[in-house]
Amino acid sequence: MIYDFLNDLTGSPFIAGTITALLPLFAFILPFALFAVLLERKVAGHMQDRLGPMRVGYHGILQTVADIIKLIQKEDIIARNNDKLLFNIAPVLTFAGSYAAFAAIPFSSVFLGANIDLGIFYIIAVTGLVVAGILMAGWASNNKYSLLGAMRSAAQIISYEIPTILVVLSIVMLTGTMSLYDLSESQTSYFWNWYLLGGPEFEIQKFLLIPFMLIGFLIIYISTLAEVNRTPFDIPEAESELVSGYHTEYSGMKFAMFFLAEYANMFAVSAIVVALFLGGYQSPFGYLGNLLNINWLIPLEQFFWFTFKGIFFVFVQMWLRWTLPRLRVDQLMAASWKYLIPIAFFNLLIIGIISIL
Amino acid sequence: MRAYFNNIFTALITIFVGMKVTLRHLFTPSVTIQYPDVKLPLPERERNRLYVNMDDCIGCDQCARACPVNCIEIETVKSLPGEDLGKTSNGKKKALWVTKFTIDFAKCCYCQLCVFPCPTECIYMTDVYEFSEYDRNNLIYDFATLTPQERQEKIENFRKFSEEKEKQKAKTDKSE
Ligand code: SF4
Ligand code: SF4
Repeated sequence: MIYDFLNDLTGSPFIAGTITALLPLFAFILPFALFAVLLERKVAGHMQDRLGPMRVGYHGILQTVADIIKLIQKEDIIARNNDKLLFNIAPVLTFAGSYAAFAAIPFSSVFLGANIDLGIFYIIAVTGLVVAGILMAGWASNNKYSLLGAMRSAAQIISYEIPTILVVLSIVMLTGTMSLYDLSESQTSYFWNWYLLGGPEFEIQKFLLIPFMLIGFLIIYISTLAEVNRTPFDIPEAESELVSGYHTEYSGMKFAMFFLAEYANMFAVSAIVVALFLGGYQSPFGYLGNLLNINWLIPLEQFFWFTFKGIFFVFVQMWLRWTLPRLRVDQLMAASWKYLIPIAFFNLLIIGIISIL
Repeated sequence: MRAYFNNIFTALITIFVGMKVTLRHLFTPSVTIQYPDVKLPLPERERNRLYVNMDDCIGCDQCARACPVNCIEIETVKSLPGEDLGKTSNGKKKALWVTKFTIDFAKCCYCQLCVFPCPTECIYMTDVYEFSEYDRNNLIYDFATLTPQERQEKIENFRKFSEEKEKQKAKTDKSE
């Protein structure tokens, strides 16, 4: 693990801990957010037969860097009737919630913030902070649109957490572990060992499991999409009805923090889906490092595969965003309570029965 | 129960159909152009900002009278007998100094009515359409080629000339 390595290197647990904690932020989340925002705008543009940003740098590749510089310079506006304390805490809390999830996400077999046995449980619990942050932001803004957005967001995240957890539960039941690291390790480096295709054990159960795993995968993908408030589930932001929901009143760096949290979250949920169903950091067709007998290449390959899969699912999220219209509030609740939860529940039962066969 | 599964089925199918459509559009060439760098060719008889070729203008005021919104302002003074103002390109002799020729493009409605009456075809539409300004007064274009001093001079000249004439006339009147 990276922490032990740094601990040996510097001889100080404090320095090692700090570096390990900051590494995902500076080495991954910030560049990822810059890249993802650009990708989003480019994807949006091309899907609508436009070109997207084209001005800054070659084909606009520096656009988001310019945007960040602009956001840093912006005035930090706090309206007179805002609840100042909560207003200031909210973006930090939201970002902390989504950032904390990265502690338990295994980027490769050697790069994992903390190998917690309760990995997936911890992630689900800690991302709950995001709801608190959003509610706080909505309330403290003292603005009806913000409050409405925040309330919708809380309702939405709570209802969609249930199908997510049910699907996670079915995987946990099948494998007997909650650690994302063990989950990723067990889906060894060939794609037919992924849980999407029934898991690594080559038995009759594997083939029985495939359809239910596919259903589980669809459910968790849909419900995590809703949890990160992305279209078609973006009613908390809903530009056309709520201005922009809970971050209407925010400007400058605080707004950037919400933005960063949103994109970090997008990657985090994709990473969870990948780790549960698509082999985590494992390569789909073996490692070049094994082939060439270069050991240090393997973690790099793993990192590549993990980010590749994660970014692919982030891309699918964007793809969906520019395909589907926004759901109405009642449709949103119906989709969760009438469709996803019962199906996830039956899916859980069936997977349970198959796994004890 | 059937409706329930039907709903799920249609939801999934329609999502995939929609995604297929957007994916196809992801790879179709964009229909927009990079505007300030690339410009669409304008239609042949487009009407944009006017231009007045003052070399040909005889100061006849026809365009100003044709304008429905009175945005052309022309002031002229007669030239003195000795002065030669040259000829226009289609052979008309110029007889007037144009001391003021302004077009207020904030008022202009680009109707092109001023273009047709011009006897020398010296007022016409150009293809310039990007001339926005921060101050409305900057949209008043002055086409007269004489410098302010020259304009003053011409006006003075003509005033003196007519005064002379008046005096002479008065003299001749008296002597009769
Ligand atoms: S285009 Fe029409 S409005 Fe403009 S100056 Fe000519 S006559 Fe007047
Ligand atoms: S009609 Fe033509 S010649 Fe006459 S004043 Fe206008 S621009 Fe000059």
